[in-house]
Amino acid sequence: MATFKEFRNNVKPNWCPGCGDFSVQAAIQRAAANVGLEPEQLAVISGIGCSGRISGYINAYGLHGIHGRALPIAQGVKLANRDLTVIASGGDGDGFAIGMGHTIHAIRRNINITYIVMDNQIYGLTKGQTSPRSSEGFKTKSTPEGSIESALSPLELALSSGATFVAQSFSSDLKQLTALIEEGIRHEGFSLINVFSPCVTFNKVNTYDWFKENITNLDTIPDYDPSNRIQAMTKLMETGGLLTGLIYQNKERKSYEDLVPGFRKEPLSGQNPEITAEQFDQLVAEFK
Amino acid sequence: MISQLSWKIGGQQGEGVESTDRIFSTALNRLGYYLYGYRHFSSRIKGGHTNNKIRISTKPARAISDDLDILVAFDQESIDLNAHELCKDGVIVADAKFNPAVPEGSSAVLFAVPITAIAEELGTSLMKNMVASGASWALLGLPLEVFNKAVEEEFGRKGKAIVDKNIEAVRRGAEYVLELAGGPLERFKLEPADGKQKLFMIGNDAIGLGAIAAGCRIMSAYPITPASEIMEYLIKKLPKFGGTVIQTEDEIAAITMAIGANYAGVRTMTASAGPGLSLMMEAIGLAGMTETPVVIVDTQRGGPSTGLPTKQEQSDINALIYGTHGEIPKIVLAPSSIEECFYDTIQAFNLAEKYQVPVILATDLQLSLGKQSCELLDYSQITIDRGALTDEIPEREDGSLFKRYAETPSGISPRVIPGQKNGIHHVTGVEHDEAGRPSESPANRNKMMDKRLRKLDRIKVDHPIHVQAPYKEPDLLIIGMGSTGGTIDQARRSLEADGIKTNHITVRLLHPFPAKEIQPYLEQAKQIVVLENNATGQLANLIKLNVGYRDKMVNMLKYDGTPFLPAELYARCLKVYEEQESAQKPNGELVEHGNF
Repeated sequence: MATFKEFRNNVKPNWCPGCGDFSVQAAIQRAAANVGLEPEQLAVISGIGCSGRISGYINAYGLHGIHGRALPIAQGVKLANRDLTVIASGGDGDGFAIGMGHTIHAIRRNINITYIVMDNQIYGLTKGQTSPRSSEGFKTKSTPEGSIESALSPLELALSSGATFVAQSFSSDLKQLTALIEEGIRHEGFSLINVFSPCVTFNKVNTYDWFKENITNLDTIPDYDPSNRIQAMTKLMETGGLLTGLIYQNKERKSYEDLVPGFRKEPLSGQNPEITAEQFDQLVAEFK
Repeated sequence: MISQLSWKIGGQQGEGVESTDRIFSTALNRLGYYLYGYRHFSSRIKGGHTNNKIRISTKPARAISDDLDILVAFDQESIDLNAHELCKDGVIVADAKFNPAVPEGSSAVLFAVPITAIAEELGTSLMKNMVASGASWALLGLPLEVFNKAVEEEFGRKGKAIVDKNIEAVRRGAEYVLELAGGPLERFKLEPADGKQKLFMIGNDAIGLGAIAAGCRIMSAYPITPASEIMEYLIKKLPKFGGTVIQTEDEIAAITMAIGANYAGVRTMTASAGPGLSLMMEAIGLAGMTETPVVIVDTQRGGPSTGLPTKQEQSDINALIYGTHGEIPKIVLAPSSIEECFYDTIQAFNLAEKYQVPVILATDLQLSLGKQSCELLDYSQITIDRGALTDEIPEREDGSLFKRYAETPSGISPRVIPGQKNGIHHVTGVEHDEAGRPSESPANRNKMMDKRLRKLDRIKVDHPIHVQAPYKEPDLLIIGMGSTGGTIDQARRSLEADGIKTNHITVRLLHPFPAKEIQPYLEQAKQIVVLENNATGQLANLIKLNVGYRDKMVNMLKYDGTPFLPAELYARCLKVYEEQESAQKPNGELVEHGNF
């Protein structure tokens, strides 16, 4: 069985020293090893932005696509080979701005993949513009007088869109993050894990220290029941979304792949693509 | 006895025009006639005039007929809008319900049949279609058993009672009209057909069937006219092969999901029309850059924007060839018949995997939706070529990656799919090295760009052009694409009768352009007419750019939303010929109809 070191490659990330994304990378590598995967059984599909580079830093199959489209690519990969473990990942701009349409629909579709958002509340790679996760009043290059749009609450949106697995973590808490990714991979359906992954260069407000002061960690609340959707929504609203841990999980609903009529139980990628003459004749008969 | 006839049914959208046509033409197909259909419809569900026209012939006839012999009308509007097409002695079979009237000046014979009344008497006005098609069938004097068998098959699964009712509706319609007409009309008596079994289908059906035969097991798509039938066909069939159609949130998701599934090793397609293709362009660039095979169908319709969504046009040529940023290798195929919709779809999947490029299959609305007779499709011609996909992967050293983009003389690199041991590599839309690692080095950029682009240097496509060149020095060489071939051939027969020598080329490979193949025929021709359904001469420009001969090339354009008709095309070609003969060349360049 592979160890987490086998999920490392020798590519040096181009992230700034101290970037929260390093922890996300490490957590994915550990979680993959902990659930017993071999590197070739994992596909990491990423978007564009600093965080999007992550698929190139993990020893697994990886595809770095186009901005905002990691989720549809990842869903295509999973439909083609349902035996693969598929992780989609990207930043808050990728998932909640340009790719928001895909995020909502991936949530309600519930294909069995794990989506990890590295949420730094800023556009980093383009050097500091506002993101849909930036707080009101937040000053950036594109909002020099402070953002006048309200910040998006992705997890509340996820709950109202029929999410079956909603979690949030923080780059400083590698242990919790790793455990949540493991649970996300094991969850039979779409799992959304939003990670507070501070940008040390462009976001001087939502820093490591700021999160440490403001986060409520569900692991410290013993009677919290993640199967209770109303409670999950209430807790998110109470904390202004600054909540970490497993927020909601619905283990009852089947994944998309299990609900598609006639969908092959084994990976389609392993199927012989040819059809027989008899099958062909049957298809043609309706046009006679 | 006559060798061909044309029939049209008109009414309000949603009142059975489609089903009347379907049952009537299915029965004709069983008798072995060659059929060619044209649908006039609007972008709405209920209401609004709609009509379906079919040409019935004892020989292959792939063109809409210029005139009309029988018009079946569910309302007066259908008569008023279509009676002008009727030939002398043409017949109108109209529902007596609306007190039909023959327009002033028309010599058509009217048979008012209580279509709705008979249907309602038998239980439901829904059976109007049966009464109307029964009446049409009877006027042609064709055997009723064949028709009844088609009815049985249409309604068989709804039970014998329903079948019997419908057969009774057919009988009553037939009986009523025969009494009015005094028996079948001699002038509409068709020669017997060759009796050879044919298929009767739309281009979109043939594309769906071709996709299954090619091993396509996933389709990701967003509904749009006139592409949706491909999706609807595959929704019904793919589950039988373990696959599925996924209706995505938009066309961007459709194409990127298809790219993901192809990357993971399953032949996957998407289909759309102009607006959807516009949304897919960035992702088509990703497929080009990452060398991921993908098949995209563009059923062209009237543009720009929402344009003429239910009308004929061939105006996406520029967008399909040039429409992604940067430079990628790409193949654009344009089938020109139902048969080619089937075989080209298979070819598209093979080319996509062989060259590891996006392949666009461009049809037009008339080819996608016009129901036609089609020769039996040949199972033995189905081949699946997965190109350089390999499962022989050498063990890799620690830390090294599989060279997914290995430089080779052909530019085509061995391909592996996720899940394969030792095959790990990186895929990115960023410029990358042979293992897929991002690289901005100028030397690497040149190497990889050249590698990708040279993949198509030696591209082999079945029949990049179709040539009908009986003459060494034709007066006119007519060039077209898509659904226009049959119309061109019919116009050529009329020109031939006038002593004008014509050759005909159908361009089937739009990109990379088959310049070498087409050049000799351009050279020979005294004059070249490029016929296309758009306003700026996109196909003509493509030929000028790749081959030349602009000084003897004439644009023949039509962009009013309707396909070319044979007589119209004949008249326009004749005019071009006569102008050439009188050697009136304005400023060295001939302008037939708007040259841009």
